[in-house]
Amino acid sequence: MIPVQFDYLAPESVEDALAALAEAGDDAKIMAGGQSLLPVLRLRLNSPEKVIDLSRIPGLRGISEEGDTIVIGAMTTHSDVVESELVGQHALLLQKTVAEVADPQIRHRGTLGGALVHADPAGDIGAAALALDAEFVIVGPGGATRTVPASEFFVDLFETAVQEGELLTQVRIPKHTGWGARYEKFVRVAHQWAIVAVAATVKMEGGTITEARIGLTNMGSIPLRATSVEAALLGQPATEEAVKAASATAADGTNPPSDLNGDSDYRKHLAGVLTRRAVLAAAGS
Amino acid sequence: MTRITVQVDDESYTDEVEPRTLLVHYLREQLGKTGTVVGCDTSNCGACTVHLDGRSVKSCNVLAVQADGHEVTTIEGLAKNGELHPMQAAFHECHALQCGYCTPGMIMQSIDLLNENPTPTEKEIRAGLEGNLCRCTGYHNIVRAVQTASGQEVAS
Repeated sequence: MIPVQFDYLAPESVEDALAALAEAGDDAKIMAGGQSLLPVLRLRLNSPEKVIDLSRIPGLRGISEEGDTIVIGAMTTHSDVVESELVGQHALLLQKTVAEVADPQIRHRGTLGGALVHADPAGDIGAAALALDAEFVIVGPGGATRTVPASEFFVDLFETAVQEGELLTQVRIPKHTGWGARYEKFVRVAHQWAIVAVAATVKMEGGTITEARIGLTNMGSIPLRATSVEAALLGQPATEEAVKAASATAADGTNPPSDLNGDSDYRKHLAGVLTRRAVLAAAGS
Repeated sequence: MTRITVQVDDESYTDEVEPRTLLVHYLREQLGKTGTVVGCDTSNCGACTVHLDGRSVKSCNVLAVQADGHEVTTIEGLAKNGELHPMQAAFHECHALQCGYCTPGMIMQSIDLLNENPTPTEKEIRAGLEGNLCRCTGYHNIVRAVQTASGQEVAS
């Protein structure tokens, strides 16, 4: 299968990309790494008149630190994130989660920003971004910049706070130095989408959990935080018994989908089991 | 049409392509490099894996225009002066193929794997090849071939 005909634009600055986007309006698709977009175009599920490729814009790719924040350019590839010492040291959950995205070839091309803006509910990275309280820097017409917290970034299926005519340029992650982390992903086939996954990161003192953040993948139309589990884990020892008890409410308030991989109740069951496994592994890592 | 210049297997090519042309179709149909195959057409199977600037990619999931100004290595560019690449030799030696359809992609991904991790464990090899499907071998001899190419002992 090949996509329908389109015009290809490869702007070399954010300003040019915004101008191209403003001119094309509805008829354009932004291409970051293209690893989700190209399958969609090949299957002709979408047929844009223009494809705007961001890969030739310098400055959108790279990882740096600013005080207590790790700053990741939207066009940074998954493999750059996985290989980054800064990310490993200060945002271990993000590193471990991104390492589970698709397969090595896809991770060489796919980008952090592209995956987050695509906002597939079964996509891995949203749960980690939510759990780590990431912030998203969005630039719009005329270069106007705004910053959106993760709690407001994910709006619905395949929909984020990034509006028509806007681009995501940066993801900012508050440092979680020394926190243990685990992304527990449940799949039928190694490189497939998560049926359910849990992103957990915890801070330990002695054998006690002093802080916990839990993000859930594919338990609804957007990534979710299991806040009741986070609260229940505080002050608990990282034992099987205590973590199991705290994880029992992981699926509370969620409305996960039913599909060929499992029905909604099964996903709720999985959320509890995977949360227990993720937290125990995070506490031991 | 868009004009692109791409370095493929150490030769420079300049061609007119439609923007919608996939890299794999450019390689096969315009350059005649049919060693790289199309397997699933859904970016699952990895049969079309090539190296783009030294890193493995699925060439059905890259546009030819995105390769403009970049360097591509295909399975056809591995053997030098009639000598098989060590990974090709290891696949041959370990009987790491049956029908052979997945083999070009398997070999390209296996080389990428060893570039990143020269002495992987069996588990790391299996994880590193997660994006490449083989419907014949059960993967066992493929894993042995990668172990062999990495210079590690292979349990018989």
